[in-house]
Amino acid sequence: MFKALPELLQAALLTLEVAALSMILGVLIGLGLSLIRIHMKGPLMWLATAWVELARNTPALLQLFFFGFGLGAFGIHFSPYLIVLMGLSFNNAGYLAENFRGGFGAVPDTQIRAARSLGMTAFQTYTRIIIPQVLRIVYYPMTNQMVWAVLMSSLGMLVGFRELSGETQFFASRTFRIFEYFAVTAVIYYIIVKIILGISRLLAMRLFRY
Amino acid sequence: MQPTETFFSGFSPNDLWFLGEAALRTLWISLLAISCGSLMGIIFGWMLSVSRVGGFILAPLLDIFRSVPLIIQLVLFYNFAPMIGLRLDAFGAGLIVLIFYTSANVAYVARGGIEAVGQSMRRAARSLGMTYWQDMRYVVWPIGLRAVFPAWVGVALGVMKDSALVSVLGYIELLKASQILITRTQETILILAIAGAFYFALSYPISLFASRLEERWNQ
Repeated sequence: MFKALPELLQAALLTLEVAALSMILGVLIGLGLSLIRIHMKGPLMWLATAWVELARNTPALLQLFFFGFGLGAFGIHFSPYLIVLMGLSFNNAGYLAENFRGGFGAVPDTQIRAARSLGMTAFQTYTRIIIPQVLRIVYYPMTNQMVWAVLMSSLGMLVGFRELSGETQFFASRTFRIFEYFAVTAVIYYIIVKIILGISRLLAMRLFRY
Repeated sequence: MQPTETFFSGFSPNDLWFLGEAALRTLWISLLAISCGSLMGIIFGWMLSVSRVGGFILAPLLDIFRSVPLIIQLVLFYNFAPMIGLRLDAFGAGLIVLIFYTSANVAYVARGGIEAVGQSMRRAARSLGMTYWQDMRYVVWPIGLRAVFPAWVGVALGVMKDSALVSVLGYIELLKASQILITRTQETILILAIAGAFYFALSYPISLFASRLEERWNQ
C-alpha cells in the first residue's frame, strides 16, 4: 500500500499545478469581468454578469460536466486536464470577480480624483493607489478561493483526470482497499491546505507590513 | 413492450417531471443538512468563542471537514460506516457527511458573529443585570446575526450546490438524474442546461434576496 505513496504525491503535485494555474487564469479573467461590470454597459456587461451569476449559482461539478461532456456533444473534445483547468478557471473567475468588485467598491472615488489631481496618470493611480488597497481587501477571499480550487480539483476524478483523487480511485479500484487509500488521500489534502494557509499567512505578514 | 428501432429515446416532457422530482430530492437533502448542520455549527461556534482549550481540540477537527474535499469525505464515510456496523444507504451516509460539513463551515461563521459583538457591549449587558444567557439571547444573537447572516446564506447555498456530490454515492438527486437522462437520450447539452437551470432557480433568488437584505442593513 505504501508503495503507492510516491505516485500519490506525484498526483498531488498535479493537483497543485492545476489549482494554481486555474487560480492565475481566474484572477486575470475575474479582474477583467469585475472591471467590465463596473465600467461598461450593454451586451459585454450582460455577458460578464451572466458569467459571474452562472459560476456562482450552479454546482462546480455541473460546470465541469458541461466543459467535459457538454462541449463533447458538439464534437469539441478536450483532455481531462484541460476540462478540469477550464472548469476551475470558470468557477474561480466568477467568485473572484465578485470579490474584486467589492474591493474596488471599497476604495472611495475621492482618492482617485486626489491621485489624478496630484498629477498621476490613470495607470499610476491604478497601480499605486487602488490596487494596493484592493489587494488588502481581497487577499483573504483569494486565499480561500485557492483552497477551494484545490478541493474542487478533486472533482477531476469524475471526468477521468488522474490528479490526487483520480489516482486514488485508480489504486482503490485496482486493490479494493477503498477506505485505506482514500484515508491517505484525505491526510494529503489536509496537509496541502494547511501548507497553503501557512504560506499565505507568511506572505500577508510581508505584504501588509504597514 | 414495443420493439424500438433505436437504442436511445428522445427527451420528453415526462423527463422534465423526473428532473423536477430529483430537484425536490436535492432540496430535501440540503434543507435537512443545512438546518441540522447550522444548529450544530452554532453550538460549535459558541464553543470556539468561549474557550481557547475547546478551540484547540475542536478547531483541528472542524478543519478536517473544511480542508478535505467533500467528495473524499463522502467516499470515505460511505466505506467506513459498514466497518463500525452502520447500515446506511446513500441518502443516510450523504446526509451525515453533509451535516458535519455544514456544521464545520457554520461554526466559523457563528464564531465570527459572536466576536462581532464588542466586549464593552457585552460587559454593559452583564452590568445591567442580565444573566449570561440573557446577554446571549437579547444582545449577542440579534447583533451577531446581522453581522454574519450574508455569510451564512453563502454557506447554505454552497451546501445546496455541493449536495450534487452525493450523486457519487448513487443517491438520485438532480445531477444524478440528469446523468441518467443523458445516458438514455444522448442529449447532453440540453439536459445539462436544464439541470443547471434548476440549480440556478433554487440558488439565485436566495442569493439575490440575501444581498438586498445586506444592502438594507448596511444603510
